[in-house]
Amino acid sequence: MRKIREFVIEKLILICGLASIFFVVLIFLFLLKEGLALFGVESPLKFLFGKSWYPISEPPRLGIFPLILGSLLVTAGAAVISVPIGIGCAIYIAEIAPAKTKEVLKAGIELLAAIPSVVLGFIGMVTLVPLVKTIFHLPTGLTALSGSIMLAFMAMPTIVSIAEDALYSIPKTYKEGALALGATHWQTIWRVMLPAASSGIVAAIMLGIGRVIGETMAVMMITGNAAVIPASILVPVRTLTATIAAEMGEAVVGSEHYFALFAIGIVLFIISFAINVTADLFLHKRQ
Amino acid sequence: MIKKLLPVLIGVMFATSAFAAKNDNSIQVKGSDTMVNLGQAWAEKYMEKNPGDFVAVTGGGSGTGLSSLISGTCDIAMSSRNIKEKEIALAKKKGINPSEIKVALDGLAVVVNPANPVDKLTMDQLAGIFTGRIANWKELGGKDESIVILSREVNSGTHVYFKEHVLRKMDPNSTEEFAPGALMLSSSQAIADEVAGNPSAIGYYGMGYISPKQKPVAVAKDGASGFVTPSIGNVLNGSYPISRPLFLYTNGTPAGLTKKFTDFTLSKDGQDLVLATDFVPINR
Repeated sequence: MRKIREFVIEKLILICGLASIFFVVLIFLFLLKEGLALFGVESPLKFLFGKSWYPISEPPRLGIFPLILGSLLVTAGAAVISVPIGIGCAIYIAEIAPAKTKEVLKAGIELLAAIPSVVLGFIGMVTLVPLVKTIFHLPTGLTALSGSIMLAFMAMPTIVSIAEDALYSIPKTYKEGALALGATHWQTIWRVMLPAASSGIVAAIMLGIGRVIGETMAVMMITGNAAVIPASILVPVRTLTATIAAEMGEAVVGSEHYFALFAIGIVLFIISFAINVTADLFLHKRQ
Repeated sequence: MIKKLLPVLIGVMFATSAFAAKNDNSIQVKGSDTMVNLGQAWAEKYMEKNPGDFVAVTGGGSGTGLSSLISGTCDIAMSSRNIKEKEIALAKKKGINPSEIKVALDGLAVVVNPANPVDKLTMDQLAGIFTGRIANWKELGGKDESIVILSREVNSGTHVYFKEHVLRKMDPNSTEEFAPGALMLSSSQAIADEVAGNPSAIGYYGMGYISPKQKPVAVAKDGASGFVTPSIGNVLNGSYPISRPLFLYTNGTPAGLTKKFTDFTLSKDGQDLVLATDFVPINR
């Protein structure tokens, strides 16, 4: 009887495990099927490197180069802001902060992770956008920079909590050894702790970036959504995700526009896949 | 415990089935963001007069409404533009036969910040601004500031109408487009807010959204004709150059509840609500 129970439970868990893979494969196949249909009418090169995005004109012009650049620019900006602050915060929490401060900080960061992106977008629109406009004397505050700052807030919780875990899991002996050799606290952190935790920290950064590039609602609200090739971070941009979200409702099922939106989905999929693979390669190299 | 709960569960089952049956008395209206306030006003008044009937109104844009009509997920589509040939073909393929009812007129206001000295523009100048050929307010007699163009997203009937009538001047062979640098905002309200806070912005939307925080620009058809402000009177007498009809689309000639509702929109009560929500009635 017990054996049967064990058997049934084991198989059930196996099915649960396989189900997630099964769904991923289904989603990917559907994405491919709908997205690749575009390339019957539009060449992939023209799609990827075309400079104008006018999906509802006759004939539609479906070049997503400005959208790719928009996504990359906003993501790069968010990384530049969130990585140093996030890792600094993780070091402080893991190494320096007294126990009480540590608890408060960790709770605060978890709270930051709990804010829905639409709320962040709304707050950004009302507070940050006018601020960016006045500080930089811009014609409009709906810019890539505003998006980057807001997205940095969203990447921070991921980066801090994973990097802090990585620092925390370093064996105590490393730190004790360094201090015993006469290193200062900072020397220990910089020369011993950070290199030892580097694989975990890279993973933290990559996961943070992964979250940023897939984010939709906040960027749609505060980056202005103009499909131009950005000349600087202080101009409006349109991201891949915001394009899908803004236009999917309208696209006539089966039209070129509809297929193009799925093809954008494939591009996003490839970008985030590449980020994960890079993170993985880095981790294995270190080990 | 379970025995105690059982009657409750059965009760819930009956209640939900009763609710499902009641759905025969309900219609889904979906589409144009421009018309969503009007649709809501109609629905409220209609339900007040016909207790027991239920009308649900949602926005999303004309294209969204028409594509749900085509896929059969709504009964009436509100649209601020004519249905496209492509959409009719697609609907026919799915066994849907869109039928058009004109319910109101709308003047499209071009708005700037009240601090902007520019207060009148010709249609040519508007086309120049929105295509990006005119990039600085000083070319129009304003301050030396670059123009921030605000537009609705492509799922908006207002976007399509403005492109076809102002940018392309009704010429089917024209290939004019909005400037790539135009900011695409997701609602008329977002445009109203940005114009209210940005002295160098220019945007467009249905007359109903004008408030004291924005300044509507007087528009002239060409150099020879006079400048006309967007108002109900000017749209009615045809002197305001950017006005358009608003439509309801149904599957086939309306029947049953759908007919009852569309008839209501064209009745005196319905047309009074058109006026009350700052649109222009067609039946008086």
